[in-house]
Amino acid sequence: WGLLRARGDEKLAGKTMIYLFGIGLPLVTLTALIYFSVDLTTRSRSGDTVAATIEVVGKRWWWEVRYPGAAPDGSDIITANEIRIPAGQPVEIYLSTTDVIHSFWVPAIAGKLDMIPGRLNRMVIQADEPGEYRGQCAEFCGEQHALMAFMLVAQPPEEYAAWLEAQARPAPEPEDPFLARGRDAFLDAGCGTCHRVRGTTADGVLGPDLTHVGSRLTIGAGTLPNGIGPLAGWIADSQSIKPRNLMPNFNNFDGETLRAIAAWLESLE
Amino acid sequence: MSKRDLLTEVWRRPAGIRALTEVNNVYVGRYFIATAFTFFIFAGILALLIRLQLAVPDNDLLDPVAYNQIFTMHGTAMMFLVAVPIMEGFAVYLLPQMLGARDLPFPRLSAFGYWCYVLGGILLFSSFLFGAAPLDGWFMYPPLSLSQFSPGVNADFWLLGITFVEISALTAAVEIIVGVMKTRAPHMRLQDMPIFGWYMLVTALMIIFAFPPLLVGDAMLEGERAFGFPFFDAARGGDPVMWQHLFWIFGHPEVYIIFLPAAGIVSTILPVMVGRPLVAHNLFILSAVSTGFISFGLWVHHMFTVGIPHLSLNFFSAASMAVAIPSGIQVFGWIATLWGTRPKMTTPLLFILGFLFIFSFGGLTGVMVASVPFDWQVHDTQFVVAHFHYVLVGGMIFPVFAALYYWMPLHSGRMMSERVGKWVFWLKFIGFNLTFGPLHFAGLLGMPRRVYLHPEELGLGPINFVSTIGAFMMGVAALLFIIDLIRHHRHGPIAGSNPWNAGSLEWAGTTPMAPSGSTSLPPVQCRYPLWEDRSLNDRVQAGEFYMAIPATGGRETMRTGSISGEPEQVIVLPGPTWIPLAAAISVAFMIVGGLLYEGWMILVGGVVTLSLLVRWSWSTDYRHPEEIVNVGMNTRLPTYGSAPDSHAWWGLATALLADLAAYGGLLFCYFYMWTVAPEWPPEGIEATGERLPVAIAAAILILGSVIVQGSVIALRRGHAWIAKLAMPLAALAGLAWIGLELGVALDAWPEPQAHNYPTMAWAVLAYNMLHVLVAVLMALVVTLRLWLGLVTPERSIMIDNTALFWHTTLAFALVGVGVVHFYPLMLQGG
Repeated sequence: WGLLRARGDEKLAGKTMIYLFGIGLPLVTLTALIYFSVDLTTRSRSGDTVAATIEVVGKRWWWEVRYPGAAPDGSDIITANEIRIPAGQPVEIYLSTTDVIHSFWVPAIAGKLDMIPGRLNRMVIQADEPGEYRGQCAEFCGEQHALMAFMLVAQPPEEYAAWLEAQARPAPEPEDPFLARGRDAFLDAGCGTCHRVRGTTADGVLGPDLTHVGSRLTIGAGTLPNGIGPLAGWIADSQSIKPRNLMPNFNNFDGETLRAIAAWLESLE
Repeated sequence: MSKRDLLTEVWRRPAGIRALTEVNNVYVGRYFIATAFTFFIFAGILALLIRLQLAVPDNDLLDPVAYNQIFTMHGTAMMFLVAVPIMEGFAVYLLPQMLGARDLPFPRLSAFGYWCYVLGGILLFSSFLFGAAPLDGWFMYPPLSLSQFSPGVNADFWLLGITFVEISALTAAVEIIVGVMKTRAPHMRLQDMPIFGWYMLVTALMIIFAFPPLLVGDAMLEGERAFGFPFFDAARGGDPVMWQHLFWIFGHPEVYIIFLPAAGIVSTILPVMVGRPLVAHNLFILSAVSTGFISFGLWVHHMFTVGIPHLSLNFFSAASMAVAIPSGIQVFGWIATLWGTRPKMTTPLLFILGFLFIFSFGGLTGVMVASVPFDWQVHDTQFVVAHFHYVLVGGMIFPVFAALYYWMPLHSGRMMSERVGKWVFWLKFIGFNLTFGPLHFAGLLGMPRRVYLHPEELGLGPINFVSTIGAFMMGVAALLFIIDLIRHHRHGPIAGSNPWNAGSLEWAGTTPMAPSGSTSLPPVQCRYPLWEDRSLNDRVQAGEFYMAIPATGGRETMRTGSISGEPEQVIVLPGPTWIPLAAAISVAFMIVGGLLYEGWMILVGGVVTLSLLVRWSWSTDYRHPEEIVNVGMNTRLPTYGSAPDSHAWWGLATALLADLAAYGGLLFCYFYMWTVAPEWPPEGIEATGERLPVAIAAAILILGSVIVQGSVIALRRGHAWIAKLAMPLAALAGLAWIGLELGVALDAWPEPQAHNYPTMAWAVLAYNMLHVLVAVLMALVVTLRLWLGLVTPERSIMIDNTALFWHTTLAFALVGVGVVHFYPLMLQGG
């Protein structure tokens, strides 16, 4: 090209530049890129043999997690906002929604896939190392899209099996009167309209299943760490913590009762 | 009165309140630009609020509802109220004079488009006053945007306001296409047209094909919100993904609809700054055209995470990367044009260099997100936010600033400050990169888009803080620009004529530009006429060339050959009129009625609009008493042209292309449902309706079209009486078709709300019924004019256009009837 310019043919030099860099360069690099991209697309997300099947249902603004037929009696294990998987094994996840479009995404583990009304999407993921990975809704789903997170916990397979077994059991009877008071207040206040706690009369399905809420790392779909304090705060004033979430504030308990409810929930491991 | 005085006189803008009746492009174009710039400031303020909210973790400055309203309106306003209209503004303002015409071929249509735009924009922004701003994102995905999850009028504000604004984009597109094809300078061949004309031609054609599918989508979504038609409701057989297809079939070309005019601006200004022609002019044209085509084939890359089969993902991924090639040609074309020159670093050139840098970077990340596995990771994260701001701010805002500095003298007759301009540029350039550069990393670290806060423990604080500082630097740049904009009107140096020593015709004449454009219209046979002939400017001003005196005594422009540019006709242009403003207001009245669910307002607005449109069309077919006039340079031209030579015929044909695109979008949806639904039509739902009456109805409609064509031929042979008697029969045939079809459809699907299948069938039929109704109306107007002697063998545009519309309507209806009543049968039989 220096040669071309030396010959004083500026126009030709300009055109050569366009052909070389404007057409040639992208053509070569893009062809290579497309090859690798297509190859990777084809290899990911598929897989026929899987160690576990999990259904995740997007809700405004939390996640219902089901392990179909995983209980000893063949029924489903239902939990919320926390997905446990065996580490080092492929796991298939079926994604759906009961309201608007959400998108399932654990940045450290895999790309995202949408949850769409009327459709069932399937993806296969694998966490190579045990650990706790934060997941997050990636499709705008309204007021609390920002605080619609969850935890993906990858455990060694034997720990995972033990966890499944524990999850299949109903909630234990309260160990002391204080916890019993918490349970009774929970049931009296009508919390069972929306929440289910297996082993009690609470059998609502609008909100997260709380049978083993005490065993989870976070509450409010990844909004707060779990614990008696956060649970009490959430019950009394979830609308400040996560404005517009679908649970109203329950701020007419006296302090003692509120603590009892929180303590009882925390005991549901 | 001297020659020049007469020219000035007929193009003078009326004084006082009647200034609102002006339709001339020199005013309307500037209104467009000024209005779009105002919305740009509003939308920019919204952007600053977004950045303030995200500046620190767990911020509670804005609650989620306010935040969602703000980001929705920021995106909506920037895309619909700023990017597209400001480019239309430049086209409306500059194209006629650049192409050597006096105005666009349909001045009233531009004015109507402008008023639709400004009223739609005000309507949209007024939603903030009622606390009801749209909050479902600028993409409005159902089911979030359906009334179940978005009660209240927020989404209706969006749907109705945007529909209104889209009308304006379409009118401008028709204008631009017919303007470029039919009203270039005498003897300007298509290949000698300035590069901006090419870019705008491609852009306008893209608008014609991309916007109508979204209009169809808007109508469906509003239909579902207001009347419960289940287009997208999965529980009743609909599919929310159908909206995503419609939206992105529009939405992706939209990006290039924004970028191509900007590329045209750069390709126009850059040669002037370096003082030599664009290198590889023809490759630029090729790139613009191929970008236009490719951009319609890659919408699915916005939907890689929907769960679409891998094969189609790979196809759209490859198509998305292919667009890098025309972009590469252009980028290196600009570099080649710059190469080896030592231009003066003026503000417009700085903005162009900034554009080259930022846009190229955005193009690189664009190639990244075109790769499916990469997109799965960064889709809906801040990485994408960063990517498209690089492409859009780099690819559109920077060229717009270059254009504002460069063409400002045409408006004000003065130069803006170079010193302030450099501050504006550097603040904007550094501020931009500070704002959006770091967001790439935020996205890679897992920060999603459209979140009103980021929790402290994610550690995204520092990145977002830097980003907010950058955003405010851009805000300061905008403020400085506005101050200089106001200041320069009084204190800027006088620009004189052709201050940049440009080569194109909009600079032929003095600054500020006269409402009539240049004093006389020179014959043009090269791409840079003012460079080719240094004396041209003076000779144009001396009135040496065509049309220095208004030959018909009023406003006029020249119609020239589509390819050759040979002078063909003097188009007598309409002058100032209230009709465009009144029509836009009555449409707005209808839309507000829709928002308030007030049936009477819709009815009154509809009737007034319809009568105004009839009144408008009544005066379109103007015939000047003098049939042939002298336009100077020993040339005599007719003052009337009939189809298909006339600009009116071209205008209708272009509009029908948009109509075709809308119908195509609707049929796409119809067949899409057949493809995705497992069993279609579903059990227990009537598949086709009665077919015999439908066949009879179709035969009657064909007869109607035959009658119309027969009338056209009869009139041409001088038998006006046949046309007078036959045209009402055609109208009757149209009404009969509507009646029969209604009967069948009501019988087969009495409750379309029950399921998506009958809703889709009704949608196709309703689209056709509406067309036949318009065709009937046109037939009646023509009948009336025939009887009044206003349609004659010599003056036949009205009946020719009516025939064109009738035949198109017939073709649409036959396809629609086939699809709804016979296609299901074919599948069941086979």
